[in-house]
Parts: sequence; C-alpha cells; structure tokens
Amino acid sequence: MDFISILSIFVLAVFVGYYVVWSVTPALHTPLMAVTNAISSVIIVGALIASAAAGSTGSKWLGLIAVALASVNIFGGFAVTARMLAMYKKKERPAAPAK
Amino acid sequence: MEHASTVNPWVALAYLIAGVCFILALRGLSSPESSRRGNRFGMVGMGIAVITTLITHAPRFADTVADGAIFGGMDLVAALEILVAIAIGGGIGLVIARRIAMTAMPQLVAAFHSLVGLAAVLVGCAAYLNPGAFGIADLVTPMIGDPFLAIHPVSRVEMGLGVAIGAITFSGSVIAFAKLNGNMSGKPILLPFRHVINFGVLAAIVGLVAYFTQDQSPWIFWTITALSFAIGFLLIVPIGGADMPVVVSMLNSYSGWAAAAMGFTLHNTAMIITGALVGSSGAILSYIMCRAMNRSFVSVIAGGFGGDSAGASGGDAAIDRPWKRGSAEDAAFLMSQAEQVIIVPGYGMAVAQAQHALREMGDKLKEAGVRVKYAIHPVAGRMPGHMNVLLAEANVPYDEVFELEDINSEFAQTDVAFVIGANDVTNPAAKTDKSSPIYGMPVLDVEKAKTVLFVKRSMGGVGYAGVDNEVFYRDNTMMLLSDAKKMVEEIVKALD
Repeated sequence: MDFISILSIFVLAVFVGYYVVWSVTPALHTPLMAVTNAISSVIIVGALIASAAAGSTGSKWLGLIAVALASVNIFGGFAVTARMLAMYKKKERPAAPAK
Repeated sequence: MEHASTVNPWVALAYLIAGVCFILALRGLSSPESSRRGNRFGMVGMGIAVITTLITHAPRFADTVADGAIFGGMDLVAALEILVAIAIGGGIGLVIARRIAMTAMPQLVAAFHSLVGLAAVLVGCAAYLNPGAFGIADLVTPMIGDPFLAIHPVSRVEMGLGVAIGAITFSGSVIAFAKLNGNMSGKPILLPFRHVINFGVLAAIVGLVAYFTQDQSPWIFWTITALSFAIGFLLIVPIGGADMPVVVSMLNSYSGWAAAAMGFTLHNTAMIITGALVGSSGAILSYIMCRAMNRSFVSVIAGGFGGDSAGASGGDAAIDRPWKRGSAEDAAFLMSQAEQVIIVPGYGMAVAQAQHALREMGDKLKEAGVRVKYAIHPVAGRMPGHMNVLLAEANVPYDEVFELEDINSEFAQTDVAFVIGANDVTNPAAKTDKSSPIYGMPVLDVEKAKTVLFVKRSMGGVGYAGVDNEVFYRDNTMMLLSDAKKMVEEIVKALD
C-alpha cells in the first residue's frame, strides 16, 4: 500500500472515531477508556511479526516481551471492561435481592 | 524482502474486518444495553487480528521463507515461545482484571496505558534492529563497503514518531500511576525553568526525527528513545492530583497515536483504524474534562494547579465563620421526611469506599417513599465516569444516575441535597466570584435545595482547587463531619 492510501484510511478513521466517541454516554466513560486500552494493544500485531522473524535475536526477544506486555493489556482490558459493564443494571430488572 | 508490502488481499481484508469490529466495539458503548455486545465485538476483532498475524507470520527457518509453503519449515520452538508469551501475559492480565477493586480503576487504566506505550517502543526498536522482517527496508549496495539495509525515509519518520509517542506514553503513565496509587504525592512538583526544559527536549526530539531520515545511525534512534522517556516524565510530574482525569484521558489518546504510528510503519489497516479511534477517543475525553473544569488544555498541561499554599490560607479564613453541625439522626430524619433527595458523590466517596453503604441508604429512603436520584459532575473522581462505575458496582440502577446538565434544574424543587465527598463541584463561587480560581466552571446548584447535607471529614480541609466553599456557611446547610462511610452507615441505622 502506498503512503497516501494509508493516510486516507487514517484520516477517515479519525473522523469515524470523533463521531462514534461523542455518541458514547458519559456514564460509560470509564469502560470506554478500558476498552480503548484493550484495542490499542492491537500493536501486538507488530510484536508478533518481530518475534516470528528470523535474522535478529535482539529483535526477536524485544518482540516476545512486547507480545507478553500487549497480552496483559488485551486479556486484562477486555476482562475488566466486561466486569464493569456487567454491573450496569436498569431499575426494572431488580438487582441483588434486597437484604 | 518485500513480503510485508505485497499483501495478500485476504489478509488485508481480515485486518479491515478487525478494524470494523473495533469501531463497533466503541459504537456499542452508546448505551449500557448494547455495551456488552460491543465489548464482544472488540474481542472478536482482536482475535481476528492476532490469528491472521500468527498464520501469515508463522516463524520459519530463514532458508525456507522464500519457497512459500504454508507449513513448510515451520520453526516450532519459536512458535511455542510466542504462545508462551501470550499465555503468560494473558494470565497476568486476567488475574489483575478479576482482582482489581473498582475504586482502583484509575490506577489500573494508567498502568495499562504504560504497557501499550512500552510495547510500542519495543516494537519500534525491533523494527529498527530487523527492518527486513517488517518489509520497510531495501538492500543498498554502496560503491565502497558492504551492502546494507536502508530503511525507507518515510518509515524512519513513522518509526521515530511511534517510538517517541510510545515512550512518552510509558513514562507519563508510570508517573500518573504513582500519583493515583499514592506512591507519589499528588501535589504538583515544579522544577525551575520547566517550560524551557520541556520545549528544548521536545524540539530536540522533532529535530532528531527529521535528521533520522538522512542518517539511520543507531545513536540517533536511541537518543530519540531516551529523550522521549525523559519528556514523558517531565510533562506529568508538575500536574496535580485533581487534574488527573485530564492526564489519564490524554495518555489514553497518546497510546492510540503510538499504535497508529506503528500501523503506518507496518502498513497495517487494523492498527491504523484502532490508533485513530483510540487517539480521538482520548482527545475528546480530555476536551470534555477540561470543559467541565473551565480550564484550557494548555493550562492543565502546563501544570502547577492545586498546590497546597492556596489551600492553607483558604482554610484559615474558614474557621471564623459560623456553620451548623448535624448528626446522623438529624440527617436521617430530614431525608425520610423529604419528597426528593439528590445524592452528589465525589472522590471522597471513592476514598472512603462508601458506595455500598450509600446504596443501602438509598434503598431505605425509597422504601420510605422518597425519590432518590444521583447527580454526577463530569470531573468527580479521578477519571471520566469514575463515579458511575462505583455506583454501578454498588447496584445503583443507572437510570437513577444523572449527568450535570440533566439534573441541575431539579435542585430548586429538591428537599435534600446530600453531598458526599465532593466539594469544588458544588461551589457557588464558580458562578459569582470572578477572582476565584474555579470561576466559570460548571457546578451543581446544590445550594438551591431546601436543605444541603454536606458529608466531610473536617472543616479544615478544602477542595483540590484550594478554595473555600460558600455552601458550608449557608443557613440551609448542615455539616456532617465524619468519615463518609461511617456517617452513611450511621444514617442507615438511624433510618430503621
């Protein structure tokens, strides 16, 4: 892909992000931060390429460490978001039985 | 050497689908009902991205890369190492996610940001050390000397920026974590000439990234990395505890831009889309937080707000003025007689872990026929939406919880405003006193309620802005001086 096509994807994605994030309800801003954290760990793709590549031991080990760090974030981020979202309940569905 | 730039269309499609899943994940957060499905979309997207990469970049022995067979020459030991790394990281992540207390969420998010930043730096370093594997370099044979891999100039800029932003995210988040977790004082630490130093370091980083396109020698790359770690530290150290919601959002944004820069380097659609989403998400949250404090982003970043010198003088003036003290029984009586009670929680509620006791109090009042609502200021707590999560944890239904602009007009028709652990966000000086440091900040109009019950540890302390609160001395205010949790528990007992 040439630089301009990549830049086009990036610019359009910034606009998508802008409109999507404004529609997030303020009550869910903490889960928003947790989930954006988890998805920004898609950087693991770069780490996997580095750790699978033959040719440089240093590069491979940096990649493996990055894979482990990003995995902490991916699993931890999605799990903690799921845990938080499970707590948001409506009035109609009575939550924990009173007392 | 070109295998990363001649992308198989199916692989490109898979990364695009992953990117779309991430957009749907954020879209789901527009309401609590759809949010759980959104989170699953996020997981699916991540699964697609990881599995695609594992298949297309399975480790092979160097001499078999060229022949293109799918399972031929697979390096099983290297593959196992990768899976072990994922398992170790994933296991740690799951344990943390399960054990963490909801009140510690701001620290956790800061810690997670630092990991994204560090991962970005490591990927950048790996790409620098082995550019051939990332398809970002061409073999150049100079007139004199051995042939070497020259990294494309555009890739050098992307790589330099990615490493710089990643390093800033890492060291900034480490400081934010230490401040939020109490390992470090929340007070701003002001170095002399800090603005000059910061601008100098930033200019040096930009200059070196530009020079990096001309000369790919190691010293330039490593200096960029080192300076970026330093500037992340220098930028966050002078920012006080109360401005942490902005800082955490800002670092969120940076972690996104770091992922995007790496996506440019690797020509990876999923990373670019994600980076743009996360980057704009953090930027919007920072903007919302700044607006809720009526401060410009620049003044927050410049730091120094919330020092305790102003706080001490404000506290002295407070002692002379008359105020009313109430007991738990008084509070219980007033609230049980009320038609509507609005509860205003703040950071103090989180510190005292009073959310469960508070919900119990709300339940008791509802049984007595009182309408109970919760009013949340956007900057209450230490990160955006902090209070909402704590109330949700305590099983408060989210349709009883309202944002500032939706509930502010109701205080005038409310019998009791119950303020617990909040201070600056209720201060009417923000509306009237032009000399006040918080002038112009949108505040909750608690003083318009018939009675204000103000739970506070003692009369001495003032809010983070270091200003005295007029509400304490009003005729319709009753101060409940105690630990927030203890006070609420006593009120619950008195309500029986």
